Amino acid sequence: MKISVQREDFEPGSELRNISKDKSAGAVASFVGLVREVPMTLEHYPGMTEKAIAKIVEEACSRWKVLDGVVIHRYGALQPNDRIVLVAIASAHRGDAFAACEFIMDYLKTQAPFWKKEQGGDGARWVEAKSADDHAAERWRV
Amino acid sequence: MKLKVLYFASIREKVGRDSEDLELPAGVSTVAGLRGHLQARGGAWAEALGGGRLLRSAVNQDMAPDSAAIKAGDEVAFFPPVTGG
Repeated sequence: MKISVQREDFEPGSELRNISKDKSAGAVASFVGLVREVPMTLEHYPGMTEKAIAKIVEEACSRWKVLDGVVIHRYGALQPNDRIVLVAIASAHRGDAFAACEFIMDYLKTQAPFWKKEQGGDGARWVEAKSADDHAAERWRV
Repeated sequence: MKLKVLYFASIREKVGRDSEDLELPAGVSTVAGLRGHLQARGGAWAEALGGGRLLRSAVNQDMAPDSAAIKAGDEVAFFPPVTGG
């Protein structure tokens, strides 16, 4: 399992190949998040970010059969269309891969300490958290 | 032993600093207690840390509620709800 919080871009294709090497892997589900419309700067809490993502991944691995996976989240200055985040999960079957991937993404949005600041035409503003994201994470409660 | 306090994003901008080392104030044993102590500085501190539902905190890099216990040597962070992903 690979977790990386980094400034640099990543290459989804090679990341997906890297988690697909297990012979029993029959499915890889992935999500790539992109910057929409306006440039932004992503701030994070070094140390806690990695720890929070590791906890989310650990929880996903306890709920579904995960063979391998990767979570990469960028920080720093990003432009429209830039990749922000990659979550990819390899499993024997698609059900586990889809569910684990979506679970990690939903929890990441509400638990991992990242903050977006958009640089709009009329100045910079911090993006406000959406209650829809809380509801998305909420539905995985057991 | 001191307490390390970190501020992020809009909270960091409002209080004008990203971290400080603080002697654990007498009688303060929870996140809420520390928050009250910092708010008592007034001005931007009262505003930034009085945010109610718009303020989150972490103790030793784990999300923590207002009631979480703190002690000397801990790392406590204050920040707005997260917006990554």
